[in-house]
Amino acid sequence: MIGFLAKRAGLSLVTLWLLSVIVFAGAQVLPGNLGRAMLGPFADQRAVDQLNHEMGTDRPLLVQYGDWIAGFLTGDLGQSYAYRAPVEEFLLPALANSAKLALVAFLLVVPLGILGGIVAALKVNRPLDRAIMVFGLSATIVPEFVSGIVLILVFGVWLQWLPLSATWPTGADFGTQLYHLLLPSIPLVLILFGYIARMARAGMVEALDADYTRTAVLKGLSRRTVIWRHVLRNALLPTISVIATQTAYLIGGLVVIEVLFHYQGIGSLIYTAANKKDFPTLQAGVLVVGIVFALASLAADLLYALLNPRIRLGSA
Amino acid sequence: MSVALQPPAAGALRARDEWYARLRLILRSRTFLVGFVILLFWVCCALFGEAVVPYDPYADDVLNSLLPPSAEHWFGTDQLGRDVFSRVIVGARDILTVAPLATLVGTVLGTALGLVMGYFRGLVDEAVSRLVDALLALPTVIVALLALVALGPSTLTVILVIGFTFAPIIARTVRASVLAERELDYVAAARLRREGALHIMFIEILPNVLGPILVESTVRLGYAIFAVATLSFIGFGIQPPSPDWGLSISANYGLISGGFWWTVLFDGLAIASLVVAVNLVADGIAGALSD
Repeated sequence: MIGFLAKRAGLSLVTLWLLSVIVFAGAQVLPGNLGRAMLGPFADQRAVDQLNHEMGTDRPLLVQYGDWIAGFLTGDLGQSYAYRAPVEEFLLPALANSAKLALVAFLLVVPLGILGGIVAALKVNRPLDRAIMVFGLSATIVPEFVSGIVLILVFGVWLQWLPLSATWPTGADFGTQLYHLLLPSIPLVLILFGYIARMARAGMVEALDADYTRTAVLKGLSRRTVIWRHVLRNALLPTISVIATQTAYLIGGLVVIEVLFHYQGIGSLIYTAANKKDFPTLQAGVLVVGIVFALASLAADLLYALLNPRIRLGSA
Repeated sequence: MSVALQPPAAGALRARDEWYARLRLILRSRTFLVGFVILLFWVCCALFGEAVVPYDPYADDVLNSLLPPSAEHWFGTDQLGRDVFSRVIVGARDILTVAPLATLVGTVLGTALGLVMGYFRGLVDEAVSRLVDALLALPTVIVALLALVALGPSTLTVILVIGFTFAPIIARTVRASVLAERELDYVAAARLRREGALHIMFIEILPNVLGPILVESTVRLGYAIFAVATLSFIGFGIQPPSPDWGLSISANYGLISGGFWWTVLFDGLAIASLVVAVNLVADGIAGALSD
């Protein structure tokens, strides 16, 4: 167990380090002359040099990388060029906002997806199973901004049940915040439903077919007991890892959803930074997204190991 | 001499029969056929749309802007008075050029990478696997955004960036299939014949892993369309004045609170129908090849 955890955490560190190199390469090496990229082709050369000096991008790349990582580890995410303020000042509130939106989506999609998968597995290869699977497959691949636009039209403009903007009035209570977050979370739910339902169904079908299930049925246990105590427990294990893996795609979707619904989260922060060529903010935002994902997948592995006696008790 | 030639000829025949049998299976799948018909419709729009649409999709007509759907303008007109129906039909063209090209880049790179990883294993495999993990920790749209800001948005950059981000994902699938193949007798036989590694990878193993590659690249095509549409929506994909669907939605979605639903709904339905069609086709192929 300890060995498994140590190995897994080590791999996460390697992944994170590579990720930081990729992000650094994307935001600081690829643009070539960063000051020129930010100020545009017509800016005065002295202004470009001045900016490069201010940002420290006239130093050797290795020094810049080391400085950036050292700053990141001590909570100094750099200076935003567009806002003329430290990046962490607005990155952390944005992250909190995105977490709220993602949490609402998660709390909706996890029970729905698992329920969908279970129902499909209990009716395997019948029309209801096919319908759930084809719906899940189709919903997964429709871009969030497309489902978002349709939802805004139906529930926001025609029925006027839900607000068009995800941003609530300042000082709004929990209920009002939830009311504003409901509509933006549905496109994310649609994207993730198919994956979770598919995994839950596959796990269920396998568990229903397993020897221990047959033994339980032959012992004379009721169908309800067999499903709750024997099938579900084994079936849902793989689903946990899928849920964590999907976090990254959830964050990818946040960019579009937050732009569409005018919401101040990490996604719209990355989008604004991209449009303003605010490389320090962009770089920090993208790395934070990667870290969130790496932590989520590490947490998923831990949970999986805790729930799976073969790993928990094994020497692996 | 003729005896020596016999076995490969018979083998080739059997392989062809097998592919015909699979093709029949694919064509019998209803999901595949539905997807295929929709896909075919959009491909025809992309190829011939500009010649058949009733209006010029680029022509402004400010006096007739934001007209609701009518007999004259089936899907209404947008802010600049352009005919939405004509724009939706012609809008298939750019996304159906960029997304398949990106998928092709990803498939070719990914296949080569996967063959090398699976065949040599060891250090190459380990190093590339770690890089794949790191890349997979970032959503495609965010990687693409980063690269497009750094390099400046252009169609070629979109194709390359999506191709490069898909390559490791495809490589992982190919690698898994190659790992199973390399233990088989025909690979051992080729080694004993002292065939080179390149020959074994591309001539011996590649034809036997084409099935999984086909399935994976069809699935990736769906995601490429997803990614291109999303990038166009946020302004880093296909550039104006293209009548691209994602671009049109991004130009018009500010108007929907005013009730001008026709300027975005038809483009949205077009994207949805295209990605779902590609996904149904992929599902049909995967189902037929796994049996």
